[in-house]
Amino acid sequence: MWKFIVRRIIITLPQILLLSLFVFLLAQLMPGDALTGLVDPNLDPAQIALQRERLGLNNPWYVQYYDWITSALQGDLGQSFRYKMDVTDIIAQRLVNTFWLSLLTLIFTYMIAIPLGITSGRFNDTFRDQMIVGYTYVGFATPLFIFALLLLWLLGFNFGWFPTGGSVQPGLTPGTLDYVLSKLHHLILPALSMALITTVSTVQYLRSEIIDTKQKEFILTARAKGASESRVYNRHIFRNSLLPIAALFGFEITGLIGGTVFIERIYSYPGMGLLLLESISQRDYSVVVAVVLLFGIASIIGALLSDIILSLVDPRIRIK
Amino acid sequence: MNDKLLEIRNLKTSFRIRDDYYAAVDDVSLNVNKNEVLAIVGESGSGKSALAFSIMGLHNRAKMEGSINFKGTNLVGLAPGKINKIRGKEMSMIFQDPLTALNPLMTIEEQIGEVIYLHNKAISNRDKKAKVIELLDQVGIPHAKYVCDQYPHELSGGMRQRVIIAIAIANSPELLIADEPTTALDVTIQAQILDLIRDLKQKMDAGIILITHDLGVVAEMADRVAVMYAGEIVEIAEVNTLFEQPRHPYTRSLLNSVPNSDEKQDKLHVIQGIVPALQNLPREGCRFKTRIPWIAESTHEDHPELHEIAPNHFVRCSCYEHFYFPDETEVENSGLS
Ligand SMILES: Nc1ncnc2c1ncn2[C@@H]1O[C@H](COP(=O)(O)OP(=O)(O)OP(=O)(O)O)[C@@H](O)[C@H]1O
Ligand SMILES: [Mg+2]
Repeated sequence: MWKFIVRRIIITLPQILLLSLFVFLLAQLMPGDALTGLVDPNLDPAQIALQRERLGLNNPWYVQYYDWITSALQGDLGQSFRYKMDVTDIIAQRLVNTFWLSLLTLIFTYMIAIPLGITSGRFNDTFRDQMIVGYTYVGFATPLFIFALLLLWLLGFNFGWFPTGGSVQPGLTPGTLDYVLSKLHHLILPALSMALITTVSTVQYLRSEIIDTKQKEFILTARAKGASESRVYNRHIFRNSLLPIAALFGFEITGLIGGTVFIERIYSYPGMGLLLLESISQRDYSVVVAVVLLFGIASIIGALLSDIILSLVDPRIRIK
Repeated sequence: MNDKLLEIRNLKTSFRIRDDYYAAVDDVSLNVNKNEVLAIVGESGSGKSALAFSIMGLHNRAKMEGSINFKGTNLVGLAPGKINKIRGKEMSMIFQDPLTALNPLMTIEEQIGEVIYLHNKAISNRDKKAKVIELLDQVGIPHAKYVCDQYPHELSGGMRQRVIIAIAIANSPELLIADEPTTALDVTIQAQILDLIRDLKQKMDAGIILITHDLGVVAEMADRVAVMYAGEIVEIAEVNTLFEQPRHPYTRSLLNSVPNSDEKQDKLHVIQGIVPALQNLPREGCRFKTRIPWIAESTHEDHPELHEIAPNHFVRCSCYEHFYFPDETEVENSGLS
């Protein structure tokens, strides 16, 4: 089993390398380059050309790629012209915010999905099930941003229960309880509105998985043993149906990335998604490249996690 | 008789299809005695499994009427809590397909251990494990200790069926229902599993209901045979009687379909057709009528009943008296009757 995991991890390295190459080439195709934003347009063109030469921007792409990737590996992702800061520093703050947002969203997602999916699957075609299925249809049909805007308007503006932007109340000292609580307070609404949508596919998946498992023959075996209905569900049906859900966990992360871009925009939450949008609109070249790269790496790690989880929980895949 | 273990009276099990109920088991009455093997034969769709599931109470959305008396308790309409005390302990079942009848995510020890634990919650883990190993030995699985920690997918079909048998016999049931226990296995394994069941039959002192397609198996194992067609029992007799003096047209056809009979012409003596789907079953008159259209309408009863034509030999409908296979001449046949 460890062999499998190690092998699986090793495979991700070339994946990430390929991704970085892809991102780099894509960035090359974008109009302008790292210098365009940095320099004063009134400067002498000869001077600019000199700078360009000095920064290596006239080198062939593979040399540039090599320079970029080696410094990236050392934690240097270049300079943001807009913030006049190291990209690494900007991203570090944002990354933490997005991490908490994603984590809370995942927690909400499963807190909603598991009870709903289980109820819906166990009591399929009853009134309860129909209500839940109705919710998943609405969830599927409603674009995330509409839903988020609605919640923002209702709970944020109308009732004023939650802040409508930012990640923390200004003026609090990091590390204090008030600071942590304020962070959480800012997180709840964006995380919840994202979770209410992302949970829909998990609910549906769990529901159909349970309905499927219910009809398996080993469930009859369990009943024939004299197991009570609740034992049949807890020991056999849920356990076997949650397995594929566990495997989807990693891919959930990939799904979150797209979601955070919208959600952070709507709630002006200073995370990676918002940073990406801002940087694109301002042509903050090095930041865009870094964020896209990190998003890509997150997806790859998500897939990696899925495979590892599956190999740990499913004996049929577990390799000894 | 005192050694009656199971007594089914007028059992009717109906499934709901769209808005109506259709009986898959229709007015079945039969007994199983202690130490007796009752075989149930009949083609696919004749309601054998539906009958077995009715006895085990495994139908969750079926309507059940009539009574199933098991050691003095009527199982029809019994509360789930009560039936769970009986299932897996006093009465158990071996399923048709060993590839799907085990939970893929549980070890063999967990799966056999579960049925032991369910009927003896106080048992210690050590005793339970010892019991599991003993059972694995008993059903002829080598390296029992090692197999304990294996998962179903690591075992062959034959081994899995042995595990299922181990689950079924774990609490020494008095009634064992085996629903086509060898159909899914290849021929050599089939023989081994049948040997095992026969072996257990002698040791266990239990009544066995053996559902099968295979008349060879019936001849070898059964004491009595019930032939089912379209949800009804059409003939029931001691095994020798049934093989030597089959009466009902359907039984005769079944016996002729055994491939290793000597006569080549036998193909002609097999009645064509299949059991109609539940919704399309003729429920008036003789259900077999449509498959033997060359037999005069008047020979069938309007409401066919089981007639005891000899001690312990029951046949449904009177059409058997006038039945002949289409290539036999009618003259010859009428000469017989
Ligand atoms: N749960 C159910 N709902 C509706 N119809 C059913 C259900 N179970 C069985 N039937 C129908 O009842 C009839 C008898 O089925 P059953 O499974 O008892 O046949 P069988 O004699 O065991 O056949 P086989 O030899 O193929 O196992 C069939 O027409 C089948 O389609
Ligand atoms: Mg069957």
